[in-house]
Amino acid sequence: MQREPPVLSIRGLRKSFGATEVLRGIDLDVRPRELVFVIGPSGSGKSTLLRCCNRLEEPSDGSILFDGTDIRAPGTDINAVRRRIGMVFQSFNLYPHMTALGNVTLALRQVLKKPRREADEIAAAALARVGLADKQGAYPGELSGGQQQRVAIARALALEPKAVLFDEPTSALDPELVGSVLQVMRDLREAGMTMVVVSHEMGFARAAADRVVFMDQGEIVEEGPPAAIFGAPQHARTRAFVDQIVRH
Amino acid sequence: MNAWDRFAATFLDTDVMARYLPDIAAGFATTVWLALLVVLAGLALGLALALLRSLRFRPLSALIVLHVDLFRALPPLVVIVLLYFAMPNAGWSPSGFVATWLALTLVLSAFAEEIFWGGILSVPKGQWEAARSTGLGFLATLTWVVLPQAIRVTIPPLTNRTIAITKGTALGSVVAVSEILASAQTAVSFSFNPSPLTLGAAAYVVLFFPVVLFGRWVETRFAWKR
Repeated sequence: MQREPPVLSIRGLRKSFGATEVLRGIDLDVRPRELVFVIGPSGSGKSTLLRCCNRLEEPSDGSILFDGTDIRAPGTDINAVRRRIGMVFQSFNLYPHMTALGNVTLALRQVLKKPRREADEIAAAALARVGLADKQGAYPGELSGGQQQRVAIARALALEPKAVLFDEPTSALDPELVGSVLQVMRDLREAGMTMVVVSHEMGFARAAADRVVFMDQGEIVEEGPPAAIFGAPQHARTRAFVDQIVRH
Repeated sequence: MNAWDRFAATFLDTDVMARYLPDIAAGFATTVWLALLVVLAGLALGLALALLRSLRFRPLSALIVLHVDLFRALPPLVVIVLLYFAMPNAGWSPSGFVATWLALTLVLSAFAEEIFWGGILSVPKGQWEAARSTGLGFLATLTWVVLPQAIRVTIPPLTNRTIAITKGTALGSVVAVSEILASAQTAVSFSFNPSPLTLGAAAYVVLFFPVVLFGRWVETRFAWKR
């Protein structure tokens, strides 16, 4: 496993918004089937890091290799890269004018050019995978937050991505709905999906992550297995952050 | 002769009405035709301008904003008169119908562009990001995700603006377009009786009441469950 090339390889990634440097030289490798958890105080650049990986934010400097493709190279078709990187957002961002099935089939039909029947079948299977087989015809407004986020995950999965980026997937959910989304993520991990997760669900990180990356002020301060980061953090900043969330 | 009889003789003279009904009907047809052409061209141009503006190419956006502000500021009648009386000096002599159509189309396009653009802006950034993150391009995102949501919120203001501008077809009477108002006025001067104006008013109600109802229907039809 160690010898497989990384799915995602980030080197010297920098991102500035005006005069503010949000990412200050990030190096990170994500190997196949790995679940990498990114934690850190708000404003530490976690979400920006994730959003640079599919160029929803344009990096200022550095290189990002995804599945062997330099996504910043001039000739790169970013749309082709994006359909192989799933993304799940804090606010779900489901299309309110489409049913759950329509949300999942849109990219299948418009990007992969699948015929309607095939797209419907793939979408139905993806919805079943997140436990929503009976909600195909429901509009986002008729679903709970947890169900909406699972539809969003199905929308990403239907394209058979090489990796999925989760940007605080449970932060907008009522506490009792968090479990259903985490369960889906746990199932995904079992199935061997490569995942990068920005989240405050420390219990989930402890239980499911292969590696925890602690970021502060635009830098990776420390990374390691969850037991090490949460049990014996090496850096003062990591310790302070972990203390705070554990006490909380 | 009491007040009511006087009123009836002046505004509800059935003989006069019957005599000029065919003229008013012809004017009605002209108004419908003119209004239809204005609405189609004005909304299409407005939407096209809003789409071009969504490319966020600065020089182009600046030109669009200039167009929008200019035609929102000018009274439609001024635009009609300018086109009809000034353009011949520039070597183009539009008919009254064409001048009215073009003027109202330009004015409607300006208001419609602002409404469509507002609709596009009202769609949350996350919708763009979700679509783009699945590999959809700019145009596909605009077509399948953003516009369907944008158009829904634009329908009430667009309906209002469309009704307002189609009523502006009456301004064509100034440049010899024999639409409803002009045919009614002509009939009034021939018959020395204002009853044809009543007929004209009725014609406008017949024309616009269904439009208003249609607007309401479209609003409910396009609402979606939130």
